[in-house]
Amino acid sequence: MKILVVDDEKDVQVLFEQRFRKEIRNKEMEFAFAYSGEDALKYLNDLSHEAVLILSDINMPGMSGLELLRHIKEKHKEPPPLVMMITAYGDADNYNTAMKLGADDFLTKPLEFSLLKEKLKAIH
Amino acid sequence: MNKHLQNIVNIIQQDESITAEQKNAITKSLKDADKELEITSFKLDRTEKVKRTTAILLEETIQELELKRKAIEETNTALQKTLDELKATQAQLIQSEKMASLGELTAGIAHEIQNPLNFVNNFSEVSNELLEEMTEQLEKGNTNEAKAIANEVKMSLEKINLHGKRADGIVKSMLQHSRISNNKKEPTDINVLADEYLRLAYHGLRAKDKSFNAALKTDYDENIGLIKIISQDIGRVILNLITNAFYAVMEKKKLQPEGYEPTVTVSTKKIDNKIIVNVKDNGTGIPQRALDKIFQPFFTTKPTGQGTGLGLSLSYDIVTKGHGGELKVETKEGEYTGFSVILPV
Repeated sequence: MKILVVDDEKDVQVLFEQRFRKEIRNKEMEFAFAYSGEDALKYLNDLSHEAVLILSDINMPGMSGLELLRHIKEKHKEPPPLVMMITAYGDADNYNTAMKLGADDFLTKPLEFSLLKEKLKAIH
Repeated sequence: MNKHLQNIVNIIQQDESITAEQKNAITKSLKDADKELEITSFKLDRTEKVKRTTAILLEETIQELELKRKAIEETNTALQKTLDELKATQAQLIQSEKMASLGELTAGIAHEIQNPLNFVNNFSEVSNELLEEMTEQLEKGNTNEAKAIANEVKMSLEKINLHGKRADGIVKSMLQHSRISNNKKEPTDINVLADEYLRLAYHGLRAKDKSFNAALKTDYDENIGLIKIISQDIGRVILNLITNAFYAVMEKKKLQPEGYEPTVTVSTKKIDNKIIVNVKDNGTGIPQRALDKIFQPFFTTKPTGQGTGLGLSLSYDIVTKGHGGELKVETKEGEYTGFSVILPV
């Protein structure tokens, strides 16, 4: 399963690679990383068939995670990737907006990786 | 006629050796002398009266002047008191403005501390997992695998250290920001200072208004090194300029929601013996009628309650009086504004 992680914090890549080292090693999961909404869209436009799941932070400079979600849901319908939104604030406003825009799930920071792993494995 | 002159006239009239003609002439002369004496006496009397009147007036004037002197003294005392009160109020206002700007940043600070703390927690958890895995590999005798995991642990620990320092730096900056300036110039990395306030201001605004977003661009001159500045004061200037830039792009976004990309750029540059910190936005710009007033205390274009009107005037004082630098503005209404802090080094 290919997962695109979108976050402006670059160390998220090291963290995911360590947290999911076994899954990566066993080729159960494959991760790609984008550091802005704009980069994520570019990735999806170029390699739309690759990403099955998108894990995106909401609070990013430039294109926010919610804007990215809107773009994905409007432009990437075939096949529609699953989108999980992540935010540090995790408040009702962001949750409601994300759900209205068609988010498939919503996680709050700090990420509980055991929970995330369960969710990802369930999808897998 | 004066009685002494009359006596002389009488004596002369009785003297037979003097002719009648002579008697008349002498009597006329004596009468003329009498008239002149009368006039002189009148003049003397009048002069005396004038002297007395003048003395009275002088006395009154002196009294009046004394009263006025006392009134001026009282006014001076009152003015000095007012001046002292004004100075105290000004100091309070400066502190209030500082604390208000800090308050604006609260959410940004929380976000900026939360993020590194998340990393610290996550990397420490992953380090534990890695160490367990390393023990398993060692027990199996897979030394090479164990070494590879040890490198992963090392990387995790470095990340913990890095993000711990990041959170520590933010807390220290904020404590410094809230303290009264000690006016001491210390070697400072202006790029770190600018970037820190850019992120804090951005996340602070984002937390307050979730609809807000802007592209942040930075271009820092890596050759600047450390420069001697009062870092908390210059930090306040940079924060103020960035906050204003965000406000300008937000206002423009409200007016022109489609096709507009709010962008705030912070850059630093060393040119000869000067450091230039530039904060530019593609927001509403400053109208010409406001341009002359922007550095005046209490001037603000923001709605009541949204700005103290002290930010730019304090910034101006910090840059010019505190650092012998310049604070310049370039703007085009409806298009952009760029503020340049020019500091001598």
